[in-house]
Amino acid sequence: MTDDRVLIARLLGPSELELSCEACFEEIDRYVEAQLGGDDADLLVPGMAAHLEGCPACREDRDSLAGWLRVA
Amino acid sequence: MIVTLPSSCPDGRTLDAESRVWLTRLRAADRDRAVGELHGLLMGAARHEVNRRSRSLPPGSGVDLDDLARQSADDALLAILRKLDDFRGDSRFTTWAYKFALLEAGVKMRRRAWQDREVALDDDAWLRIADRVGTPDQDAETRELLRAIGVAIETSLTPHQRTVLVAITLDDVPIDVLAERMNTNRGAIYKALHDARRKLRAELAAGGHVR
Repeated sequence: MTDDRVLIARLLGPSELELSCEACFEEIDRYVEAQLGGDDADLLVPGMAAHLEGCPACREDRDSLAGWLRVA
Repeated sequence: MIVTLPSSCPDGRTLDAESRVWLTRLRAADRDRAVGELHGLLMGAARHEVNRRSRSLPPGSGVDLDDLARQSADDALLAILRKLDDFRGDSRFTTWAYKFALLEAGVKMRRRAWQDREVALDDDAWLRIADRVGTPDQDAETRELLRAIGVAIETSLTPHQRTVLVAITLDDVPIDVLAERMNTNRGAIYKALHDARRKLRAELAAGGHVR
């Protein structure tokens, strides 16, 4: 993707319905465990994938939790 | 002391054995040892997170990472004990607990990394998008879309929505930092960003630029 396309994607965000940051925090532990367990996390928590695409802070939190669970 | 192990959450969901033990110990009158053990786990997660993010700090920032990890673990522990009855057993108890410590550590590190950086809350900054329209390697569709987005930002968004959109998408200001500077929280900032994006999409769809 070109820089312009990346910028457009950031400006417009996800087109799908998405969770709020509060709902994301509520569900992130279940979502990450499902991902690490090989389950269909996006089916389990609808709206999470779109939110993580649109919210850099929650995306980082997801990555942090997944990374920590791999080494803890 | 005899304690009764809860076998399920209030909604009837079955808990795994380890989570059940954690809940029972943390709900007991003599819970100090369990609280101490939990704090130790939270410290481990918080230390890992602040060390992982330490490269985001400016050189010579002098941040005491261990102290910041301890503050994160302390704040996480308070939140966990306050919300203990909210644990639904959707994940292991420790996974649920770790997310509080990692959130606290992540927010504190983002804010430290930006502590001495200016955040320009300028709703005219979106005009920079216009500078990107018409660069030599741009295809016609991208050029037109950027132009339409610029118009939609100018005509459809409130000043607050423009400020939030520009800070996060053009200036890479972390949402938690922006929230602190604007005296609000992550959820409120993201709501403003989400509303701005929805308006942009509606304008672009009305103009036939996106479906």
